[in-house]
Amino acid sequence: MEPFTTVTGPAAPLLRANIDTDVIIRVERLVGTTRESMGAHAFEIWRRRPDGTEDPEFVLNRKEFRGAPILLAGANFGCGSSREGAVWALAGMGVRAVIAPSFSDIFRNNAFQNGLLPVVLDETTVRAIAAQVEAAPGNARVTVDLEREVVIAPDGTVHSFAIDPARRETLLAGLDDIGLTLRAADAIAAWQRADRAARPWAWHVVPQQRT
Amino acid sequence: MATLFDKLWQAHRIAAAGGGQDLIHIDRILLHDLSGARALGEVAEKGYRVPHPELAFATPDHAVATAPGRTAETFARGTAGVAMLRDGANRHGIRLFDLGQDGQGIVHVMGPELGIVLPGLTVVCGDSHTCTNGGLGALAFGVGSSELTHALATQTLRLAKPKSMRVRFEGVFPRGTTAKDAVLHAIGALGAGAGTGYAIEWAGSAVRALPVEQRLTLCNLSIEMGARMGFIAPDETVFEWIAGRDFAPKGAAWEAAVAAWRALRSDDDARFDADHAIDAGTIAPQVTWGTSPEHVIAVDAPIPAPDAAPDEVRRKAWADALAYQGLVPGRPLAGTAVDWVFIGSCTNARLSDLREAAAIVRSRRVAAGVAAWVVPGSVRVKQAAEAEGLDRVFREAGFDWREPGCSLCVAANGEAVPPGARCVSTSNRNFVGRQGKGARTHLASPAMAAAAAVTGRITDIRKPF
Repeated sequence: MEPFTTVTGPAAPLLRANIDTDVIIRVERLVGTTRESMGAHAFEIWRRRPDGTEDPEFVLNRKEFRGAPILLAGANFGCGSSREGAVWALAGMGVRAVIAPSFSDIFRNNAFQNGLLPVVLDETTVRAIAAQVEAAPGNARVTVDLEREVVIAPDGTVHSFAIDPARRETLLAGLDDIGLTLRAADAIAAWQRADRAARPWAWHVVPQQRT
Repeated sequence: MATLFDKLWQAHRIAAAGGGQDLIHIDRILLHDLSGARALGEVAEKGYRVPHPELAFATPDHAVATAPGRTAETFARGTAGVAMLRDGANRHGIRLFDLGQDGQGIVHVMGPELGIVLPGLTVVCGDSHTCTNGGLGALAFGVGSSELTHALATQTLRLAKPKSMRVRFEGVFPRGTTAKDAVLHAIGALGAGAGTGYAIEWAGSAVRALPVEQRLTLCNLSIEMGARMGFIAPDETVFEWIAGRDFAPKGAAWEAAVAAWRALRSDDDARFDADHAIDAGTIAPQVTWGTSPEHVIAVDAPIPAPDAAPDEVRRKAWADALAYQGLVPGRPLAGTAVDWVFIGSCTNARLSDLREAAAIVRSRRVAAGVAAWVVPGSVRVKQAAEAEGLDRVFREAGFDWREPGCSLCVAANGEAVPPGARCVSTSNRNFVGRQGKGARTHLASPAMAAAAAVTGRITDIRKPF
């Protein structure tokens, strides 16, 4: 996994609430598409008109926000389907961090698994940053600094954010969760031996014949 | 003073994993042909072992056609996912319920009906509607394919414990109001993000009175309120429903299990981080009008105007939703002409759902110009429905009677509601494009969907029609 330390660049304002993962990546793109190629299909419902051409009005199609590494979004970002393709699609279009007032729990976990940083800032702050970006499109730069746990707005104001310490550590180091867990294999096996004795019914899964 | 959630969490907590996370044991892993196939592919690519294949179960449901006589090849683009699922399951000795076999079905219909999911178990699947299984008192939740790979390779997950929320429905649901209406009403009242960061215990006298299949429906929509986990304390109704199912414990093991399950309830003095009470007696049949499950009203209530929205973000969202849905504020939804009706999905495709719909359809015809589908939730549901003649009721009325799968709930299998068409659906999401590009979805209960099919309009089932 690519480590995340600090990212600076344009931030695309997409301040809608409840942006669901169906909109981020359509379900048919999950079938027979490699994760690396999903970026081309991110937000296609909004990015493309019915005839398949790009909608120049849509924020991510504006030249100043094309390839922006930061996305500013509304509350409950990434709600709905658990599809990890939503994260792969965002990463594929170059997004490294999403700043929003809240995230769906499943999306947030999926983001951490792929080195994409979900940053929670209150709605007023997100709107203020978006206003600064819109006031100087193409020039405004936002910084997301995971080491210091701050976002630096275009006007230089510094906004702290909180993040689970475990998530911060794995992102900074680009560590893989499975590798970490497998280091505890002996403890897991011991717990499971005891659990098997305590809850035999939870482990006994041989089906009865249908009569 | 522990909550049920505290008890379920503690019973599976292997150790602290550092940084506010716990290492949690996972009892059951469910795999389908999209995320499950991907996770099995990832396991193979990285060369991980699967230490407990006997605790994992697989079935194809998402990208498979539901036309009669279908095979994995009928929807060509889905064939590779089914093949990956088969190969991975075979390689690791994971039980697979394949197309055309007994047991196959929508993963969250299949799991409970075969007794794979039991009270008190932790259950994961690469599918956000895994919370459905909470209806049996399981701690069940959706994960992405990376976390699914983690579960397969370690039989654990690293998780931060969510906060606890209780939502109580007190009283008695009025005639015509189902668990589907109750949970849609809760999402409308509290918001699609209200449960984000929480595990929800659904409770109250109206919930305790629900039969098991309606409990599964209620918990199914926990995620539409933002909660990854939603569950109901298991009781005698649940134990009776599970007894004798294929993978359920038997004999002395059953007795021991039930004894343990009886302790799975929140203590009387338990404290929740958030606690809501809703008067069950005031809930009318619900229909969504917009493009988020929180865009929901009683069938006879007026469609809201964007200017009445509580804030600017929602004013814009409501206006966009009305434009997408082609609706005018101020009018009731009842009477709106529909083009499609879909009865199916992990929300509402169990035998009792089909019975409710069939009771409305019996001796009637699908209205002219309406395409109406019934997609049973599983092979078992389909067989049971056919044994009591429900398929004939639907077919004679003009419905399509199809093979089990997710179908028009998620439109991942080449089946879709056409652009601009209006569909009353028993599924769980009315997102933009969810049932097909440009498709307009109205979520409702099976009886409400059936009534829309035979009248050709959104219909209030409490009135004569």
